[in-house]
Amino acid sequence: MSFMFGKKKYIPVKLPNDPRTGVLPAQGQSCPNCGVWISADRLSADKGVCPKCNHNLTLSAYQRIELLSDDHSFEEMDADLAAGNILDFPDYEDKLERARQESGLAEAIVTGTACIGGNRTVLAVMDSSFMMGSMGVAVGEKICRAVEQALQLELPLIICSTSGGARMQEGIFSLMQMAKTVAVLERLHKKGLLYISVLTHPTTGGVLASFASMADIIIGESGALLGFTGPRVIKQTIGERLPDNFQRAGFLLDHGMLDLVVERSKLRDTLILLLKLHQEGKGC
Amino acid sequence: MLKRQFDYEHKYQSLKQKVTELRDASTNLDINLAAEIGEMEKRMENLRADKYRQLTPWEKILLIRQPERPTTRDYIEYLCDEWIELHGDRLFGEDRAILTGIGSFQGRPVTIIGHQKGKDTKDNIRNNFGMPHPEGYRKVERMLLQAEKFKRPVLTFIDTAGAYPGVGAEERGQAWAISRVLTTLSALKVPVVAVITGEGGSGGALALAISDRLIMFSHAVFSVASCEACASILWRSLDKAEEMAAALKITAADLLQFGIVDEIIDEPPGGAQQDPDAMADMMGASIKRYLDELLELETDQLLELRYRKLRNVGLDADF
Ligand SMILES: [Zn+2]
Repeated sequence: MSFMFGKKKYIPVKLPNDPRTGVLPAQGQSCPNCGVWISADRLSADKGVCPKCNHNLTLSAYQRIELLSDDHSFEEMDADLAAGNILDFPDYEDKLERARQESGLAEAIVTGTACIGGNRTVLAVMDSSFMMGSMGVAVGEKICRAVEQALQLELPLIICSTSGGARMQEGIFSLMQMAKTVAVLERLHKKGLLYISVLTHPTTGGVLASFASMADIIIGESGALLGFTGPRVIKQTIGERLPDNFQRAGFLLDHGMLDLVVERSKLRDTLILLLKLHQEGKGC
Repeated sequence: MLKRQFDYEHKYQSLKQKVTELRDASTNLDINLAAEIGEMEKRMENLRADKYRQLTPWEKILLIRQPERPTTRDYIEYLCDEWIELHGDRLFGEDRAILTGIGSFQGRPVTIIGHQKGKDTKDNIRNNFGMPHPEGYRKVERMLLQAEKFKRPVLTFIDTAGAYPGVGAEERGQAWAISRVLTTLSALKVPVVAVITGEGGSGGALALAISDRLIMFSHAVFSVASCEACASILWRSLDKAEEMAAALKITAADLLQFGIVDEIIDEPPGGAQQDPDAMADMMGASIKRYLDELLELETDQLLELRYRKLRNVGLDADF
């Protein structure tokens, strides 16, 4: 089936620049948590973790891919796949255009194959700088194609999520991506392939309530906010103070929702160990 | 200001009452106005029917939130010769925002699952306004697997503002519970027919809507999130919920055009609440027709068709 040429379906987009060169910021930045200035060298060496307060700074999709995968091993798929304004929603095209200019991405997720410690995997990484990592038709489609790639090549799948939830501007179609992604994932599970979900700050709503929570192993990056409903809405609804640490990775670990909470500096090694323990002889 | 009440029906009924009084008064005075009043009544009926044909998406939302609206339990009791409700998720508790059980529908045992709203405040507290916790979704999952074991088709009824946003719901894994139901339904080896009878609000509604056939009442809506939430978040104004309701394209007619819904069942003027039995009859006929079709299919075929429907959502539609 030709997905790319549907009337309002998927369209390839031209990107403003090549974001694939983007490592950590060249100029350094101050920690949003404690305010300390972190030099570019330090940021890069510490993988975007504040040396003073241990806060995880937001990583772009390509930064995280670089953090997790062996040097130059990532091969991107569907880089220019994007969805149009399927509902003719007011101002959505402008918003998309701005997100593309600012992030250098066509959509809120980057997918491809990568080697992680010599293990070949399919790797999908969401990017919160693109409309808060919200899931619309294109994100759902890219997830499905990544799963199908894992099925075809019989590779383990790793998805790193960060998302505010459904892309409201795509209405019901964005909601339906929840069903679409889990249906495809179920085929991966039935085939006995490994799927590891890495939940990073923040992952909420329809992404957490679909593919992100349907993994064999679910890892929360330390400190990440993870939940179905965001804390602001919950507070509004119940009108009470929320428990300390509410919806943080450690809180979810204590409530049995995660296999592991892992610090960013240990994430790659943890994935390598898990891949090794599931190794079915697919080296790079 | 955002309109919060849809009071057309109330005003219409009071007008109708006045016309009846006029007829009585004229009869008492021996002034025969029967023809004129009959004309007027006919014209009133037509104008009312026009009004209900042209409801805005926001008016539909207000209409389906009215407490007079029939609930899942009402429909089940009408549709089933026999019916037994079954409780509990075997893990934590019993969630009365979701009703589950086994019924006999047209002589065939079926598993039935639906959101349950209350009819008054006391009811609504018990049913948590039809907004489920994780234990509700885990009860659903248990009942789905039970239906599969006994090869019973599944009927679902959708009417919820959404899954409950609370501390306990998060502690017990609302997202995890919903994704499990979505997954289970996507691969369930028995036919599933779903009906959106009222509010189809976000993931909490979607969890019961994954099906082989999706039916929608003509004033029902199905939306990615509540229009109030979308308006607050995207347009920073709750008062724009009415415009948002139109922009999000949430009506049965929209969803039929998108290929997400298979059939619309027309509601009478005044909505399903004016004639619940007629609605249940029409719905029952559609469900029976679909079950007859689906039960003809081999399991592999059934699953492949459902899979294609989910995988290609929106791609086959002509819009
Ligand atoms: Zn810091």
